[in-house]
Amino acid sequence: MTTAPRTLFDKLWDSHVVTTRADGETLLWVDRHFVHEGSHHAFRKLDERNAKVAEPALTFGIADHYVPTRGRPAIADAEVAGMVDRLSANAVRHGFRLIGLDDPEQGIVHVVGPELGLTLPGLLVVCGDSHTSTHGAFGTYAFGIGASEVAHVLMTQTLWQRKPKRMRITVTGALGPHVSAKDLALHVIATVGVNGAQGHVVEYAGPAIAGLSMEARQTLCNMSIEAGARCAVIAPDEATFAWVRGRRHAPTSDTLDAALAIWHTLVTDPGAVFDREMEIDASAIAPMVTWGVSPEDAAPISGYVPVLQASDPVRASYLSDAFTYMGLTPGMALTDIAINRVFIGSCTNARLEDLRAAAAVLRGRRARIPGLVSPGSSAVKRAAEAEGIDQVFTDAGLEWADPGCSMCVGMNGDRLAPGERCASTTNRNFRGRQGPGGRTHLMSPAMAAAAAVTGHLTDVRTLPVLEG
Amino acid sequence: MQPFTKLHGVACPLALASVDTDQLIPARFMVRSRSDGYGGYLLHDLRFAADGEKNGAFVLDLPRYAGAKVLVAAGSFGTGSSREAAVYALWDYGIRCVIASSFGDIFTSNATKNGLLAAVVAEPALTVLLGHLAAADSPALGVDLAQQVITSGSLSVGFEVDPARRLQLLNGWDDIDLTLRYSAEIEAYKGALLARQPWRLLHA
Repeated sequence: MTTAPRTLFDKLWDSHVVTTRADGETLLWVDRHFVHEGSHHAFRKLDERNAKVAEPALTFGIADHYVPTRGRPAIADAEVAGMVDRLSANAVRHGFRLIGLDDPEQGIVHVVGPELGLTLPGLLVVCGDSHTSTHGAFGTYAFGIGASEVAHVLMTQTLWQRKPKRMRITVTGALGPHVSAKDLALHVIATVGVNGAQGHVVEYAGPAIAGLSMEARQTLCNMSIEAGARCAVIAPDEATFAWVRGRRHAPTSDTLDAALAIWHTLVTDPGAVFDREMEIDASAIAPMVTWGVSPEDAAPISGYVPVLQASDPVRASYLSDAFTYMGLTPGMALTDIAINRVFIGSCTNARLEDLRAAAAVLRGRRARIPGLVSPGSSAVKRAAEAEGIDQVFTDAGLEWADPGCSMCVGMNGDRLAPGERCASTTNRNFRGRQGPGGRTHLMSPAMAAAAAVTGHLTDVRTLPVLEG
Repeated sequence: MQPFTKLHGVACPLALASVDTDQLIPARFMVRSRSDGYGGYLLHDLRFAADGEKNGAFVLDLPRYAGAKVLVAAGSFGTGSSREAAVYALWDYGIRCVIASSFGDIFTSNATKNGLLAAVVAEPALTVLLGHLAAADSPALGVDLAQQVITSGSLSVGFEVDPARRLQLLNGWDDIDLTLRYSAEIEAYKGALLARQPWRLLHA
């Protein structure tokens, strides 16, 4: 039997179909379901029906969104403590594993899932968090869902979906020194637009992608939601298999060969057709920063804040509001923007490689501004401390904290004060995201470290190399 | 779920080119229980000053748009975070339909599952609609989901909605009841997994 050439995503989709209705709505099997303390609305829906969790062994609870990053295990805020307690109670009642605040594997769900080998090639992974796209870095079909869908997965281990369109972004060349996956991601979003990939699943392919580490691939897939794509995928390769092998929940010798045989087929067949194709030259990308209130408001660090154009009133009004909120002058150089806080953390950029990149810039230097470093997981924290990276941050004057979503979303109280301007390694620069009135500039860990050193947005490549 | 068939009510034009879910409900309110109602948090930081005082100048709070059931946005709506609380804030405020040029995928899904219609109107019709509401003595719209048309006086504008979502809204179908009818298929799928790819079930 011959079959038409299929894309990687087609294969992931086909292998999860339980049934397809005449109208195209398809019931998909979910292999892994992560819930967090913010999933309480979904558990309430279960209670309303007096329903049980269908597959507790495939369900994992992780406390990350609201947890404090200091003074653990105490939780000062009573409302937050209540949420974490509710997650614990639901885990006990429904019999799924909880990775709670005191667990040595606690961390941000999108960092912990891959660390534990829960995220594997060929799986379908969902979580009530839009950055679930992160797991696509492993050749995994992974996407964020809302509370009603979380409840549906809890009760049935399945989800109704309509097949998205397929888009391929082929990245040629190689990223230059100090240019990272974050810069590539911001470049893609600025090019495609914040809704540009809506309704599509993005496959990243090409030599520049093959050359990325697993950590960098996670950063890239993580940010795809900011271009409107609910998920992104990268074909698994030897780097993926090497990462997965030996992880706690990865297949062991008995089943590993069978798994690998399937994982090797998870590539786009020659001749497979995409609904949309785009090509990017990685070698032309410079370190990127955002200036506005949407991730698409990104530009190379050598660039300028845009000027108002009267020809497009909707755009002019958007820019004018953005400049007011961000406190910027049209046409000013990006490197003239002074910063008064730095945050290094989040599911986008708080893996060991990210912390190493920031520490490489900060080693032997002092930050001019205060800042917070929150590693992505307890495992990352331990590994960083074993290398002495924590010392580099604290010697530079930054605070070294515990893992969680922290100042990316400000739910745990790690927030900017109104008017404060932050160089942030996170994923969203929406108004008020890091605290009411807070001003966020998104960038890579190395660029955030450079801004910390100089006190303004800075091209990390222009910092002098320190001796010794 | 409450079916959505037809609606007629006050419609508020929201002259914002981009409304993300962080604007619809800031994250800090999501620790609260839904039973208290999320309507007061809708677009909170655009409507209230830092001291919690309503600034009164935001369009939704103008007396002419009191009791709005429809929001018309000037661009994209519901991008970003997957928080279903964004839909809860709209619903609890009284909004039953949002009209925009595009919606975040997760938002549309969340909206449908709560009986809220996300209607896509392309330009230039969207600008016409916004202008009409801003100028109208009593800004109101009729929305007919079966006919996929928005009306106001002599004005009539078509809108787009995914056919499966349209059916779900019209009938007020609940996904879970529907899915439970496929229990045998789900069991069969799981059985095949256990035989051929046990690692997907964390066996082995």
